[in-house]
Amino acid sequence: MPNIISRRDLDFLLYEMLDAESLTQKPLYAEHSREVFDQIMETAEKLGENVFQPIAALTDREEPVFNNGRTILPEETKEALDAYVEAGFPAMSFPEDLGGLQLPYLISQGVGATMGAANGNVSGYMMLTGAAARLIIAHGSDEQIARFATPMIEGRWFGTMCLSEPQAGSSLADIRTKAERREDGTYKITGNKMWISGGEHDLSENIVHMVLAKVPGGPAGVKGISLYIVPKFIPDADGNPGERNDVVLAGLNHKMGNRATVNTVLNFGDKGGATGWLVGEEGMGLAAMFHMMNEARIAVGLGAASTAYTGYLHALAYAKDRKQGRALDDKNPENPMVPIIEHADVKRMLLQQKAYAEGAVALCLTGARMIDDEKTAEDEAEKAHLNLLLELLTPVMKSWPSEFGPRANDQAIQVHGGYGYTRDYPVERLYRDNRLNPIHEGTKGIQGLDLLGRKVVMKEGAAMKALDAEIRKTLDEASGLEAVAAHADTLKAYWEKLAATTMQMAGQAAKAGPKAYLANATIYLDAFGHVVVAWIWLRQAIVAARAMEAGTGEQNFYRGKLQACRYFFAYELPSVTPMLELLATLDTTCMEMDEAWF
Amino acid sequence: MKVLVPVKRVIDYNVKVRVKPDQSDVDLANVKMSMNPFDEIAVEEAVRLKEAGTAEEVIAVTIGPEKAQDQLRQALAMGADRAILIETTETVEPLSVAKLLAKVCEEESPQLVVMGKQAIDDDCNQTGQMLAALMGWPQGTFASAVTKEGDKLHVTREIDGGLQTVALNLPAVVTTDLRLNEPRYASLPNIMKAKKKPLDKKSPSDYGVEITARLKTLKVTEPPKREAGIKVGSVADLVEKLKNEAGVL
Ligand SMILES: Cc1cc2nc3c(=O)[nH]c(=O)nc-3n(C[C@H](O)[C@H](O)[C@H](O)COP(=O)(O)OP(=O)(O)OC[C@H]3O[C@@H](n4cnc5c(N)ncnc54)[C@H](O)[C@@H]3O)c2cc1C
Ligand SMILES: Cc1cc2nc3c(=O)[nH]c(=O)nc-3n(C[C@H](O)[C@H](O)[C@H](O)COP(=O)(O)OP(=O)(O)OC[C@H]3O[C@@H](n4cnc5c(N)ncnc54)[C@H](O)[C@@H]3O)c2cc1C
Repeated sequence: MPNIISRRDLDFLLYEMLDAESLTQKPLYAEHSREVFDQIMETAEKLGENVFQPIAALTDREEPVFNNGRTILPEETKEALDAYVEAGFPAMSFPEDLGGLQLPYLISQGVGATMGAANGNVSGYMMLTGAAARLIIAHGSDEQIARFATPMIEGRWFGTMCLSEPQAGSSLADIRTKAERREDGTYKITGNKMWISGGEHDLSENIVHMVLAKVPGGPAGVKGISLYIVPKFIPDADGNPGERNDVVLAGLNHKMGNRATVNTVLNFGDKGGATGWLVGEEGMGLAAMFHMMNEARIAVGLGAASTAYTGYLHALAYAKDRKQGRALDDKNPENPMVPIIEHADVKRMLLQQKAYAEGAVALCLTGARMIDDEKTAEDEAEKAHLNLLLELLTPVMKSWPSEFGPRANDQAIQVHGGYGYTRDYPVERLYRDNRLNPIHEGTKGIQGLDLLGRKVVMKEGAAMKALDAEIRKTLDEASGLEAVAAHADTLKAYWEKLAATTMQMAGQAAKAGPKAYLANATIYLDAFGHVVVAWIWLRQAIVAARAMEAGTGEQNFYRGKLQACRYFFAYELPSVTPMLELLATLDTTCMEMDEAWF
Repeated sequence: MKVLVPVKRVIDYNVKVRVKPDQSDVDLANVKMSMNPFDEIAVEEAVRLKEAGTAEEVIAVTIGPEKAQDQLRQALAMGADRAILIETTETVEPLSVAKLLAKVCEEESPQLVVMGKQAIDDDCNQTGQMLAALMGWPQGTFASAVTKEGDKLHVTREIDGGLQTVALNLPAVVTTDLRLNEPRYASLPNIMKAKKKPLDKKSPSDYGVEITARLKTLKVTEPPKREAGIKVGSVADLVEKLKNEAGVL
């Protein structure tokens, strides 16, 4: 695929590392086969190549326009989404009895990586729609599923997530949108929502807003939050979009990147109240939302990873083509200039991108496989183990690609020199697009608090033990393989140091208090993320080393994996050491900095 | 009417083809393979004929290795009804392919064969014509439009300097050019349905066709690198060089 994502690498991850084929042994996925997966990936690849990527520059340039309560988007956005719907992608990971194709989540994420790399801003609408439908399926009534989720599974209606408000972004407990129960059992919704992606457009027949709101007089904080379905058009008796609901587009946000996904300010109830239907029970809104967060957060991480990936491939192609300078030991100015890929420093920048992008995609697909394993686990202990792993790794899968993906995009610009800084090349756009990812779906800071404040300490460190077991499995696999044995020793040392530091921090927490314990949670998240990604790189390297031993041809592909692993262990992993040293002391420099001293 | 669509598994059009170090052939190890793009157009055309009610059944056939099933599955996912794999690991030349297809035609009695005008691997552009000759059927090659008018098939052909429309009696052979249509994507539900469509496996010997190659490949090499151009001083210079150096005037 032309600089979108490497299908060879996706196949490596899906089949050689994560053994997607074995999922077809499970009753849930028994209908499927490798051939079906391949064909689906093929269609995704073609759609990405012929429809999504070619319009990426245009959908960035032609930012959505606000016109009299409506959003005007370039026609190409709708054409691309129509093609996506027509190909049947919206239904891919839903259960068969709901009209879905019941594909493994892992395969749907292979598709997601492809679309994300081709033009994640346009495919973003479908990600939101899938999440909205999943939320209704998990917590809604059968009637709500039939009425609202089914048209989204079919791709006819799109969905949104309405959590944020102007005064409540990270602090969802402080939302103010009101939900008042009416006689007929529906609720009257009034309030203002901010930052709503896909909040108003003519791309679909209807828009299903999933809205967090509070019933007046209910408990303060998160316990007072409920979840409502608030459609743009209220479905009539036949289920078709009917009367216009009182949801008004108040304005658009003008963003740095991610422009094809229109971002809106929505007013609910300007004209007397929007009609909403309660999903599940009152007070359970945020819990319901978070239940769905694992998958949504992996999808955000994968979006960041694939945006990094396409930037890397663009930089790689550019570096092979651009001639500049000569070898350092070549003193003859008559000799022709060399392609910049021959310079060690340019190779360093490319390896860095390869290590980040491939590492991040591998991380998120590993998570996707865990979701499938959790869904299909036959014994409870196995299910609980996977659940713990996912709880622990979700903030990492969301944050690590979001942090290091944009850094890869930054290096893609650098490889392009001055040209990378212009709009004639896609790399500056990819950087702008990717810069969103550490902000939405829980900022990086919030993810750090989640990891250190909740996940590593939950159930007396049970999640850490679960990850320990997984890492030890990998270390055992590596022990007999000469090509990776040294990396295994290194990972073991770092993992043990990370675990020890975590214990040290926890040991001081009671005395120092939560503020000091959590003051450097973001740094902990970075250190933790690097160790986890080192583990993911070792897993890739083990597969590559075995394939090389088996002499399966394609030596270059596998050597590339081994070299990127070596790069990660030599250039990246050591950055964890000073972080852990700082963390172990519960350093309070930042916490104690007084506002007045700035 | 029954339509037969031969499809071929070829090196993907995006792949940069490399020659094996021993110059015996191009290197196909671990290289992405796809359906020949002209054949995708042929499948699309056949499926459209079916959707328009002109055709009742579309049969895809391929001659190739076991993996060529992937391309048949794609044809089935695009809308073909059933498929035939004539399995061989030999390199089959156009005449052998045409002979095998002729046997399939005798067995299946299609009213129409729609196939690519050439395959992008060896670019032969021969099989359709040979098949028409073997069957004694009319041919409409390089088609950019196909319509059924009464009992005739009107085929608009791309020829040097313009378009030519021929009216063919059926049964006939049509070979597709690039502008005939834009092939659809195999949709996910159709990929799933394709799994359940019948796929027959045969071998060349089932048809009594001898497929031994008649050509011997001596050597495969990369095309020579293009040399830099030169600037000529005047029109007279140019004419002189075209005459004496290039020998084209
Ligand atoms: C392009 C885009 C699309 C979006 N799409 C949606 C959507 O579809 N639906 C939706 O509901 N929302 C959406 N959002 C909103 C997004 O989730 C919020 O922007 C995000 O949660 C952060 O909230 P905020 O912007 O109010 O920042 P704030 O919460 O004000 O945060 C500002 C900074 O303070 C830090 N901070 C805040 N609180 C704490 C704390 N307690 N401890 C430590 N640090 C803290 C944050 O980490 C951050 O660095 C979108 C945002 C953007 C930019
Ligand atoms: C906004 C802007 C304003 C500018 N203004 C001016 C101006 O006013 N006047 C002017 O003259 N120029 C100007 N420039 C040009 C600027 O100085 C060049 O862009 C810069 O020198 C890099 O050259 P390049 O863009 O050709 O990149 P390249 O030289 O092609 O570099 C591409 C990449 O290859 C690497 N690379 C190249 N050669 C080697 C080597 N030998 N060894 C190792 N790595 C190497 C580079 O580090 C870079 O990462 C401007 C550029 C921009 C973007």
